Amino acid sequence: MSLEHNIPSYFRVKIDTKYCKKCKRCVSHCSYGALSFNNEKIVSDDSKCVACNRCAAMCPGKAIRIVKDESCLPPHGNYTRRIRNIIWAQSGSGGVLLSATGNDRPIRNIFDDLLLDACQVTNPSIDPLRESIETKIFFGRKPQRLDFETDSLDPEKISLKTEFLPNFEIDMPLMVGHMSLGSISYNACMAIYQAVNELNILAGSGEGGLHPDFYEYGKNIITEVASGRFGVDIKYLQNTAGLEIKIGQGAKPGHGGHLPGEKVNSLISQTRMIPKGSDALSPYPHHDIYSIEDLAQLIAALKEATRYKVPIGVKIAAVHNSAPIAVGIVRGGADFISIDGFRGGTGAAPRIIRDHAGIPIELAIASVDQRLRQEGLRDQVTIVAGGSIRYSADLIKAIALGADVGMVGMPVLIALGCRVCQQCFRGLCSWGIATQKPYLVKRLDIDVARNRLINLFHSWNEELKEILGAMGIDSVESLRSNRDRLRYIGPNPKIADILNVKHAGEI
Amino acid sequence: MNWENYTSLPEIFQNQRIFDGCGISGFLNIDGKRESGKKVRDMLCILHDRENGLGAGYAGYGIYPDYKDYYAFHFLFDDEKSKENVLSHLEKMGYIILSEAIPTKIVPNLDNPPIIWRVFYEPKKLKNTSDDEQIISLVMNINANFDGAFVMSSGKNMGVFKGNGWSHEIADYYKIEDYKAYMWLAHSRFPTNTPGWWGGAHPFNLLGTSVVHNGEITSYGTNKRYLESFGYKCTLFTDTEVIAYLFDLLVRRHKLPISIASLALAPPLFNDIERMSSDFKITLKNIRATYRSAMLNGPFSIVVGQNSPKPTMIGLSDRKKLRPLVAAISNDENCIYLSSEEASFQRLMLNEEFKNEFKEIWHPKSGTAIIARLGDGLIRKGLEKPLEKIKLSIVGG
Repeated sequence: MSLEHNIPSYFRVKIDTKYCKKCKRCVSHCSYGALSFNNEKIVSDDSKCVACNRCAAMCPGKAIRIVKDESCLPPHGNYTRRIRNIIWAQSGSGGVLLSATGNDRPIRNIFDDLLLDACQVTNPSIDPLRESIETKIFFGRKPQRLDFETDSLDPEKISLKTEFLPNFEIDMPLMVGHMSLGSISYNACMAIYQAVNELNILAGSGEGGLHPDFYEYGKNIITEVASGRFGVDIKYLQNTAGLEIKIGQGAKPGHGGHLPGEKVNSLISQTRMIPKGSDALSPYPHHDIYSIEDLAQLIAALKEATRYKVPIGVKIAAVHNSAPIAVGIVRGGADFISIDGFRGGTGAAPRIIRDHAGIPIELAIASVDQRLRQEGLRDQVTIVAGGSIRYSADLIKAIALGADVGMVGMPVLIALGCRVCQQCFRGLCSWGIATQKPYLVKRLDIDVARNRLINLFHSWNEELKEILGAMGIDSVESLRSNRDRLRYIGPNPKIADILNVKHAGEI
Repeated sequence: MNWENYTSLPEIFQNQRIFDGCGISGFLNIDGKRESGKKVRDMLCILHDRENGLGAGYAGYGIYPDYKDYYAFHFLFDDEKSKENVLSHLEKMGYIILSEAIPTKIVPNLDNPPIIWRVFYEPKKLKNTSDDEQIISLVMNINANFDGAFVMSSGKNMGVFKGNGWSHEIADYYKIEDYKAYMWLAHSRFPTNTPGWWGGAHPFNLLGTSVVHNGEITSYGTNKRYLESFGYKCTLFTDTEVIAYLFDLLVRRHKLPISIASLALAPPLFNDIERMSSDFKITLKNIRATYRSAMLNGPFSIVVGQNSPKPTMIGLSDRKKLRPLVAAISNDENCIYLSSEEASFQRLMLNEEFKNEFKEIWHPKSGTAIIARLGDGLIRKGLEKPLEKIKLSIVGG
């Protein structure tokens, strides 16, 4: 037995023979090859199990349970099991380890250290079921001021002279983050686009182009122009709510896309406009953008190509210098900025960069918002923030720190059935989400998935209204950057300083 | 009255936001007839339950006709030294036309009385900075950086009188009855968490704009950060300061007509906007988009006085009307009154001296501005639909 097979597995598949009907459904559903039938009973190769729980969910007798492997490694506080596994895996493969989803290190979450304010006595709270609370926002660039001219003879004769900039309305301050066709399946994309269309919110196309079937949802899709320029043609540019130049991604700042050739089937090939079976590796930088002035040129070119009808934005990963970079981007002409925190998700990224590069989105929002204000630019642009907005509480706190729109990815996938097994880069997703294999993709029912997403975001919006009502605020615009309504309860006062949020207990 | 904390909050309360409930009153004579402060004092003092003796103030417009072309500074000083510091700074930056004590009722046995001072002033002519801008930076500088000094008001032909005490005490102390104005605003406080300080009482003033305010702005953080990006420094930690600066920004700097500015501060709901005609829809949506951070949220009612381009009185409540505001017009239609409560008007009816009669008393709609302008009368009654009566056109776009 080779050393490799001695890597202890994390999970065990427990099959209760009392309930097992030997129907072998679990075998056919396990896309990772962990289960087989030896003509007598179902047997498992635990080393292949990723705990996706598909078999357990599909077993008609409810005979399967995935449990944590109880076998024990000699304890060591520094060389944790995680570190040891990394070393074993690397010494076996000799390569850069791949990973998916977001950073899985147990780093303290700042959102969890923030508390919200509520009204008592001196101002009345508002019941969202009885009174209107507005969650609509405008996405795009706003003028610094409106220019009204009053007639010198008749003061009631007023003309509005401002040139309007491209903006569109969305009904919730929410956007589904960029997940390309390629990283996720056709069915997952379709469910997402249909849901955002129904809710009048936004979804990102990712950098993989837009399949012809998705064009009808274009008014709710922000398409992405990334360093690989996959799927970019004039139809793609013009059939969209907004265009985003992707510079970076929270899960892998400084890296490009990684779509292995096995995933590039005819559907992907058609959408991305690349040969079937070829690796779709987008370059690390844009090779026409080596500086901020190059970025300004691309922004101008895209505005020209879209006849100044849609907002053009730039997505960056949250890194140490995000604030001055964001200022440069706004001065370069961007109408919106997306910032992706270090916990942001990915379909495939080198583990080393996913786990160690970037900064938390909470701090990035605070510093970008602050710097843009110092430069007098903040209110002209829309800030989209993502990178582990897990539920409505995080969304509310992100807005209170200064974001206009929250960008979410993982919660969407979890709503579609994802069990967070973190194997997306293998293309074997047993839930039909992060895969291109037709027999797996068809497991995801578009209508069911779509309805689950609508439910999810509907409930987030209701919770947002409940919180706004408790704060005595009747429009989400008055929550944005309202850091007065946040308090910090964590262990590190420096964080409260950077967030410009008082400590709990301070008035 | 409380004879302490004239120009700054006591140390233990510094850098904290101040919350209070209030009574507000005001009136404007359309023909410019100047009336003594007695009437507004009566209107305010009857709202006794709305104050707890921790602050009150009055603003009169038209009180200095002899010096109407000069900026009138009303100062609070802790001592002679802070007065000298400020006056010598003013001398450096412009010309002092007149510098004198504001007459006050003599209060016996006081060991640390405030120095109440006024200066009529003309700034030096600068090429790139307007007179108004110079005065604003002077005010911001004195309030932020000069210990023991506070600018109560800085507009032309107007002045603010305020302090820490009951509304009748403040009126007596400043001899409000001796001033004649065509527009008066008044305010009494019910602070919830601070002992109050003189400078922190209302009206809050910047140049010709004075604000009296009742309520608590739940969007304070958003508004404050928005104003800071335009260079305003919110040093007083009160909602009222923020409202005054927003008026200054929208009306003076961005030159929005007051009816439009009021729609930025208390905009109609999107549901209502959707049902409007195309031009109204475009205009209101652009107001909401552009001035989304200027929107005031939470319960408030305010009365704002302005002296340029034309003296104007504005009343506005939040769009759910969580604070009261009542309006009245005199029988001869020359005087427009605003108050927190109708009792103010009834008080004037009962007063032997005034025997006021009112043609109409009404309740302005939530989030709808009532606007009265000197010489022009009641421009908006506060019952109109948004943009109603306005002949609106969109150029370009």
